[in-house]
Amino acid sequence: MVAFRYHASSAAQPGCSVLDEAFQRYRDLLFSSSWWQPPERTRKQHAPEKSSLVILVSTPGCNELPSLESGENYTLTINDDHCFLLSETVWGALRGLETFSQLVWRSPEGTFFINKTEIEDFPRFPHRGLLLDTSRHYLPLTSILDTLDVMAYNKFNVFHWHLVDDSSFPYDSFTFPELTRKGSYDPATHIYTAQDVKEVIEYARLRGIRVLAEFDTPGHTLSWGPGAPGLLTPCYSGSHPTGTFGPVNPILNSTYEFMSAFFLEVSSVFPDFYLHLGGDEVDFTCWKSNPDIQSFMKKQGFGNDFKQLESFYVQTLLNIVSAYDKGYVVWQEVFDNKVKVRPDTIIQVWREETPVRYTKEMELITGAGFRALLSAPWYLNHIAYGPDWREVYMVEPLDFKGSPQQKALVIGGEACMWGEYVDSTNLAPRLWPRAGAVAERLWSSELVTSVDFAFKRLTRFRCELLRRGVQAQPLSVGYCEQEFEET
Amino acid sequence: GCGCRSRQDLLLLSPGTPPASSPFGSLWPLPQSLRVSPERFRLAPDQFQIVHGPGSSAGSSCSLLEDAFRRYYEYMFGYSKWQNRDGKKSLCETELSLLQVIITSKDSECDKFPSITSDEAYHLQVSKPTSVLKADKVWGVLRGLETFSQLLYEDDCGSYFVHESVISDFPRFAYRGILLDTSRHFLPLKIIQTNLDAMAFNKFNVLHWHIVDDPSFPYQSTTFPELNAQGAFTPKHVYTPTDVHNIIEYARLRGIRVIPEFDTPGHTQSWRKDILTPCYSGKHPSGSYGPINPILNATYDFMMKLFEEVGNVFPDDYIHLGGDEVDFSCWSSNPDVTEFMKKKGFGFWYSKLESYYVEKILEIVTSLNKKSIIWQEVFDDGAKLQPDTIVEVWKKFLYQLELARVTKQGHQAILAAPWYLDLISYGEDWKSYYGVEPLNFMGSKSQKELVLGGEACLWGEYVDGTNLTPRLWPRASAVGERLWSSKNVTDISDASKRLTQHRCRMLRRGIAAQPLFVGYCTTLEQ
Repeated sequence: MVAFRYHASSAAQPGCSVLDEAFQRYRDLLFSSSWWQPPERTRKQHAPEKSSLVILVSTPGCNELPSLESGENYTLTINDDHCFLLSETVWGALRGLETFSQLVWRSPEGTFFINKTEIEDFPRFPHRGLLLDTSRHYLPLTSILDTLDVMAYNKFNVFHWHLVDDSSFPYDSFTFPELTRKGSYDPATHIYTAQDVKEVIEYARLRGIRVLAEFDTPGHTLSWGPGAPGLLTPCYSGSHPTGTFGPVNPILNSTYEFMSAFFLEVSSVFPDFYLHLGGDEVDFTCWKSNPDIQSFMKKQGFGNDFKQLESFYVQTLLNIVSAYDKGYVVWQEVFDNKVKVRPDTIIQVWREETPVRYTKEMELITGAGFRALLSAPWYLNHIAYGPDWREVYMVEPLDFKGSPQQKALVIGGEACMWGEYVDSTNLAPRLWPRAGAVAERLWSSELVTSVDFAFKRLTRFRCELLRRGVQAQPLSVGYCEQEFEET
Repeated sequence: GCGCRSRQDLLLLSPGTPPASSPFGSLWPLPQSLRVSPERFRLAPDQFQIVHGPGSSAGSSCSLLEDAFRRYYEYMFGYSKWQNRDGKKSLCETELSLLQVIITSKDSECDKFPSITSDEAYHLQVSKPTSVLKADKVWGVLRGLETFSQLLYEDDCGSYFVHESVISDFPRFAYRGILLDTSRHFLPLKIIQTNLDAMAFNKFNVLHWHIVDDPSFPYQSTTFPELNAQGAFTPKHVYTPTDVHNIIEYARLRGIRVIPEFDTPGHTQSWRKDILTPCYSGKHPSGSYGPINPILNATYDFMMKLFEEVGNVFPDDYIHLGGDEVDFSCWSSNPDVTEFMKKKGFGFWYSKLESYYVEKILEIVTSLNKKSIIWQEVFDDGAKLQPDTIVEVWKKFLYQLELARVTKQGHQAILAAPWYLDLISYGEDWKSYYGVEPLNFMGSKSQKELVLGGEACLWGEYVDGTNLTPRLWPRASAVGERLWSSKNVTDISDASKRLTQHRCRMLRRGIAAQPLFVGYCTTLEQ
C-alpha cells in the first residue's frame, strides 16, 4: 500500500485541497511511524499486494464549507480486485480515510496489511460537536489545532468555540478593538487575532469540521464591560450604583446599536450558517436593582417578570442576527423562559436536572417543534474517579417520550469541556479518550451499546492515539507498546 | 534609564488582572519565620553568582552543591517571562550580585544520602550586595536555594528584584512524601525525573516508589531476572539497574530519599508463580494464584535474597514492605495452608497467618540492617512490629482514630489517608488537602511526636505519563505546605494567592501543573 489516488471519474481531483491535504496527512500517519500496535489476530497467509487506495467522490464541493446538511456517507471496499473508497462528498471521503487509517496495520517485518473489508458507513446524527472554552483559560492556537486533529480521528464535525465569557475576552474584534484590549487577560499574548481565527476555520474545514462560534449574551459578559462602557447594566444598592455590573443592559438603544455592529462583524468572520448566541444563566438580580430598568419594566407592562425582559433582549438580538442571514443555536434557557424564537432555532440542552430532567427537556423542546442538541450528560469537565467514559457512552440521546418526528428533531449533541479548571496543561488528557465515547454514541448505530465491546476497541484506539502523538490518558490499568514521552 | 513604565499603565484595569498578591509573595511552602522589608534590590543574570561562602565546610568538590547552584541559577534567570532576553547586558546598576552559601557544620553530608534524620534547616539573609544562605547540611542549602529562587521576581520590564528579607526555616515534619505507582502503568524515566524536580520545588523529600504490584513487575532484579521477564508488561516496560540508579541519584541531588515498596503478601499477581499460593476449587487447583505462599521455606529464602538485593540497590535505611489488602480466600481454599494453620494453632484466623508471614519478613529486613514501613493492616491485624517499624495510615474512614491507636502503641506513623490524589473530583479539591491537620487526633504530646509526616499518593489505575504531572501538581503542593509549614499557616485565601503564583512558576520551570481556577499566567503556557 503506497498511496492514495483519485479515481478518473471522481468529481474531486488533484487540486482538491481538502483531499490532497488529507492524503498527505494520512500518508504521514500511516507510513512515517516506526512502531505499530500488533493486530488482534494475524493469519499468516499469502496477501495480494495493493498499491493504492482509490477515492471516488461523486459530487464536487472541494472549496466549500461543511454544513449541517452535508452528507458524510462513504463505502470502503477492500478485496482482491479493489481498494476503493466511494463517497458523495469530500466530507464523506474524509470520514472514509479515517476509517481506512484505523484498519491498516503493519507487521513486525514492516509490511503493511489490511483485511478484506466491506464497509458502508454514515453518521447517525449530523451534528457531532465538541465545545472548548477559551475565556476561563486562554488556549494557545496549537492546542485548538491539535484538538481539531483528534476530533477528526473521532469523526467529530462541529467545533463549538465558546470564545468569550465573564473571565476574559480574547477575540480580537476589529469593530471594537477596546473589547479585546481591555477584556483579554493580556492583549499582547492572550488573544485570537483575525489571522488566528481564519487559521482555525480553514484547519477545521480541511477536516470536515464546522466552526460554531458562540458569543454568549446577555449573561456571561463581564469581560465585555471594560471595553464597552455603558454596555453592561450598572447594579444598584438602593439608589446608588455599587460599581459592579451585571448582564448586558437591555433597555438602551445603544446596546442594540452595539450588538448590530458587533454581530455584523461576527457574521462576516465566521462563515458557518449558524452562530451560537448563548442566552444561559442570566442573573436577574442586577437588573432588578437598577431603577432605570425598573421604570422600563413598568412601561413595558412586564410587571415583575424579568423573563420577559430577557425575552425582549433575546428577541431583538435574534432579529438582528437573522437579518445577517444567519441561523442560531441557543442554550435551553432561551426556550425555558419562553423567548419567541424562529422555528428553525436549535436549542442546546445542558442542564441535567433543572428545570426538569434533561430527557424531559428534550421531549419538551422537540414537542414544541424545535431541533435539539444534547450536552447535559456530556459535560466532560466534570471529572470523577474511575471509568466515567462508560456513563458517557451509555447515554441514549433519543431516550425520551416522543413521536418519530419529534425524535428526528434531535440533530445530535456536543461534549463540553468548560475551562474553569482546564488549560493546555491538562486539556488533551481530560478530553481524550473520554470524548471518544460521545463521538461513537453520535456516529454509530443506536444498537452499538455493548460497553465491553467498546472498551476493547477504545483501549486499542487510545494506544493508536498515543502513536499519533495525542496525549490521551489511560482508560484503565495496562500499557501501550509505546508510552507517551514528553518532548 | 532604569525606570520601568509598567505595561499595567498601558493596560488599565482589565478583568483578567491577577488577584491581589499575598504579602508573602509567591513563597511555597511558607517558611517558618520570615521578615520581608519593602526595600528591594535589583539583580541581573550577567552580574549574579551563587558561590561557596567563606568558612563553609563545602567547596567546589561538592558536586551536589555545584549541580544545585547551576540548576537554581537557571531556574532564576533561564525561564524569563520575556522570551527574547538574549542575555543582553543589563543597562542598570545591580545591587545584589552574590549569594554566598555557607555550610556551618563540619560534615556537610555532601556525598551522603538523605535520611529521616537529615537536617533541612537553613537561614537566609537577603541583603546587598551579598546575600548569605547558611545551613548545617547540604539538605538545608537545597531548601534555602529553592526559597531564594522564589523570592526573585521580574517586573514588567524584565528587571529582576528580591526584597530585603531574613528567613529562618525548617520543616515541621521530617517525612514529606509522594507515592508513585509504576505497576498499574509504567512510568517512563523522564516523567519520574520531572516529578522529582517538581517535588524539589515544593520541598518534598521522599519518593515512595510503589514499584511492583498485581498488574506488572517492571523492576529488573539481578538475582531473579525471571521476575521482570515474566512480570513486566513488555521488555521495554522495565526499570534496569541503571534506570533505578539514575533515579536514586537524581533524587539525592534534590535532597529526596527513594523508598522502594515491594508490597507483599498481597498485590503480587505479577510475581513468580512458584512463590504464590495456588488457589483451590474444591479438591483441585483452580489455576489461579493468590497472595505469597507463607507456609513454604522456599518463600522466605526467596524473600531474603530479594530483599538483600533491594537493600543493596536502594541506599535508604527504609524499605516499604506493603502488607495491605490481603485477600484470605485463596489461602483458605488451599489444603496445605489449612493444614499449616492447624499445625500452628491459628484456628480460622488468617490474620494470624498474615502476621506470621509479615513478622518473618520484618525479621529478614532487620537482619539486612534496614528498617521497615508497612501499611496499617499489618498493625491492625496484630502483627508484632519491630520497634522502629513505621505504620502508614491510608484508610480514610476515621483515620484520626487509627493515628491515635498506632501512636498509643508507641509506633511511628505517616499519614496518607486524606491525601489520595488519585481520587479526583470536580473543583478545587486542593483546599480540602490543605485543610487537613495531621495532628488532629486524641493523643499525648509524645504520641503526636511519633507522627513523622505524610504522603500524597497518586495510585496508577488511571494515571500514566499522559496525565500524571497535571494530576499531581499543584494539588500535591497543598500537602507540601501542610507538611513543611507551621501548624498555624491555615489562611486559605493567602494560600490561594501564593499557590496561584507558585503554579505559574512551576509552569515556567517546565512542570505541566494544571490551573487552580480561572485565570492565566503571565508567560504563555506551553
